[in-house]
Amino acid sequence: MGQRKWIEITVGLFVVAGIASLLMLALKVSNLNTSYEEGKGYPLSLMFNNAGGLKPKAKVTIAGVPVGRVRTIELNHDFVAKVVVWMHQEIQLPDDTKASILTAGLLGDNYIGLTPGFSETALKSGAMIPETQTDSAMVLEDLISKFVSSKASEPVASSKVNEKPNESNSAGQAEPVHHL
Amino acid sequence: MMIMLTLVRKVRRLGRWVIQFFETAGQASFLLFSVMSGQPKVGRAFQLLMKQLFSVGVLSFIIIVVSGLFIGMVLGLQGYNILSRFGASQALGEMVALSLCRELGPVVAALLYAGRACSALTAEIGLMKATEQLAAMEMMGVDPLKRIVAPRFWAGMISMPLLALIFSAVAVLGGYWVGVVILGVDDGAFWGNMQNAVDFHDDVLNGIVKSVVFGFVCTWIALFQGYACAPTSEGIARATTRTVVYASLAVLGLDFFLTAVMFSGG
Repeated sequence: MGQRKWIEITVGLFVVAGIASLLMLALKVSNLNTSYEEGKGYPLSLMFNNAGGLKPKAKVTIAGVPVGRVRTIELNHDFVAKVVVWMHQEIQLPDDTKASILTAGLLGDNYIGLTPGFSETALKSGAMIPETQTDSAMVLEDLISKFVSSKASEPVASSKVNEKPNESNSAGQAEPVHHL
Repeated sequence: MMIMLTLVRKVRRLGRWVIQFFETAGQASFLLFSVMSGQPKVGRAFQLLMKQLFSVGVLSFIIIVVSGLFIGMVLGLQGYNILSRFGASQALGEMVALSLCRELGPVVAALLYAGRACSALTAEIGLMKATEQLAAMEMMGVDPLKRIVAPRFWAGMISMPLLALIFSAVAVLGGYWVGVVILGVDDGAFWGNMQNAVDFHDDVLNGIVKSVVFGFVCTWIALFQGYACAPTSEGIARATTRTVVYASLAVLGLDFFLTAVMFSGG
């Protein structure tokens, strides 16, 4: 009988250790405790001219505080990106809220930042924020091409500068350093 | 004429191989079916299951914990060395937890399980067959499939996911110990990035599904190899080797397909 008792105790401990590991993986390792129940929130549709690298499950923030998550990203019939986000229940937004796609760090993930406006009427569940009220994602290639084309147009201007005496040229070079 | 004869012989060998393959597959399926469809008497079967849970699960506990700890520690060390080169050592927790939950936890635990528990299952049942204990049971009107094979099968099915979970959890702690305590990655960043990156449904649950599949396949292979082995000492030795080889290959091969199904959908 003693052996049987021992077996049952260790098997019980083994199962407890397994369940404890599952709880640890669920609560400490994965996002189960931080994910809110979707039944409690409400959806909003945001229209963007360019959704950039936004992915489902990206966070939605107001003033840096997470208040929701991106659910789906699809192309609307008039070729704008329709991003459905799921907001926390307690967040009430005015209907002139602006949305923009931001990037965490230089090469980080994209997320949505909301800037509430001053309107008296609140956005209802399922409401839409049109693309006139949103800022699209910053696409690195666009920025680079803008930067390059602005640089490419410079030599024409700087050659005129070169005809002037040397002091103004060195001043012109020194100036961006002050800005930085 | 000679060429024709050798050709015929080759074709015949191929045919024999195919027939043997399907015979084996049929026998294995029959074994599985009768094990799963058998309805055991509740009280006694529970005792048998307990005993097998002890020898399959509890006795594998130590090896799982120790190897989990070391795998986690080496992940922490290697991950830190590589990530810190890009200034991204903050992402260490994310890397450790994702690789463990998705791949290393289920796969390494299943390989250890195949080596530690499945080989023992095959040897035990093979020896029972060689010493004609199974035949004696049949003579006494006891179905060895229900009495011997079924409890071992269910014990393996229950133990394997638990072992994989324990492995992953211990390994995350090992990675935490090396990464945060020894190498000085920020504590909050380690857990925070991990929680942001690891999804319970996509990563943890899929890992559990993997470990259930591996437990099923490994235990099935072990029981069939034991039950069908040649009843000699050499036969038992061969069957035990085959169990470990087949089970390990099946785990690694299935892992690729499961990963392709689970994680390629984006």
